[in-house]
Amino acid sequence: MEKNVSNSKQEPTILFVNKEREPLLSKKNRKLLSDPMDDNNPITVQVLGICSALAITVQLKPALVMSVSVMAVMAASNVIISLLRNLIPNRIRIIVQLVVVAAMVILVDQVLRAYAYDVSKELSIFIGLIITNCIVMGRLEAFALGHGVWKSFLDGIGNAAGYGVILIIVAFFRELLGSGKLLGYQVIPDAVYAMGYENNGLMLLSPMALITVGILIWIQRSRNRGLIEKN
Amino acid sequence: MEAYLNLFVKSIFIENMIFAYFLGMCSYLAVSKTVKTAVGLGLAVIFVLAITVPINFLLDTYLLRPGALSWMGSQYATLDLSFLSFIMFIAVIASMVQLVEMVVEKFAPALYGALGIFLPLIAVNCAILGGSLFMQQKDFSGVAESAVYGLGSGIGWLLAILAIAAIREKITYSNVPAPLRGLGITFIITGLMALGFMSFMGIKL
Repeated sequence: MEKNVSNSKQEPTILFVNKEREPLLSKKNRKLLSDPMDDNNPITVQVLGICSALAITVQLKPALVMSVSVMAVMAASNVIISLLRNLIPNRIRIIVQLVVVAAMVILVDQVLRAYAYDVSKELSIFIGLIITNCIVMGRLEAFALGHGVWKSFLDGIGNAAGYGVILIIVAFFRELLGSGKLLGYQVIPDAVYAMGYENNGLMLLSPMALITVGILIWIQRSRNRGLIEKN
Repeated sequence: MEAYLNLFVKSIFIENMIFAYFLGMCSYLAVSKTVKTAVGLGLAVIFVLAITVPINFLLDTYLLRPGALSWMGSQYATLDLSFLSFIMFIAVIASMVQLVEMVVEKFAPALYGALGIFLPLIAVNCAILGGSLFMQQKDFSGVAESAVYGLGSGIGWLLAILAIAAIREKITYSNVPAPLRGLGITFIITGLMALGFMSFMGIKL
């Protein structure tokens, strides 16, 4: 959290000084894409977007579709808010942001209904809940309101990808250990069940999603010790 | 009266927003470092929930529900505007949150500084929108019932964030493995608390 606030404070001055055009994928821009994957991950470091991470990770497939939908919504709404950032009065910015996000979510919902009806039926409530996914609003507040269009687009893609990575890892373990399947196909052979292996039904319950994310954070921080909190 | 009391207890404990539905986790995790800020945010959530749920109930009953517009005349009785409910609910919520933000900034600047980015984020606190959506599902009979439900859910949320904040204040004195400190241990404690709260689910009131 603190990390990302300091980031957004530095960037505008750099942008202002650096008048000449920088290449589309300069080192700084690539960092916008790669940072959220690990050092500044929206779920494990910035603590945004937890609710849906818990709700839809029982199986791998909804988690995949959800990540792609969040990516589309985030990229589009980041670009729109970044274009409008000098026009939005500060007092009503939340309402403007919510309307933009809600419109984008309705678009994604309609597209899913038209081209992937089965998945959309499976995900119906969760797609709607992207509106209240704090990761979208959090990035709009912390980044898109103070940065240019291209940077905001990259930030949206990067953060959505970081969010997707965590979703997919959690869903992988929950589906594998909870029902012995991946993407709906059985991967643990019958022979193993015959030897007395049982699916762990606890993995299908929501508390285990919390504990899985907790363990992921543990692993990430013991690898990357700079992220360890002081107390 | 008894029905209201039942609904109140049920919305606090059995259908606790955090431990039963995992709604509003983001601010729950981020603002629970000290009891003081946790109470501030919890009170803001109670306030917003207790106001938005009844308002959204009225909107739902007189505008959105299939046939809700029949008070305007018989030719409107067949209209169904329920597809608008998401955007209507979120608009009501966002304006209420803006109001709360202004009040807190004016009268409690210290609290405003402490809550930081998470005050605007109440608008996207899933617990608030979740409260309104559950209200829509539950078919309450009147405004009073929905208000009791909103108040109860808010108190349940405050209870949860208060409990975790108190635990986190105490846990600073214990020797948690370094990479697990802060966020990691909070996730695991919440998971264990949620397992405990699952035992309330069997109770019927």
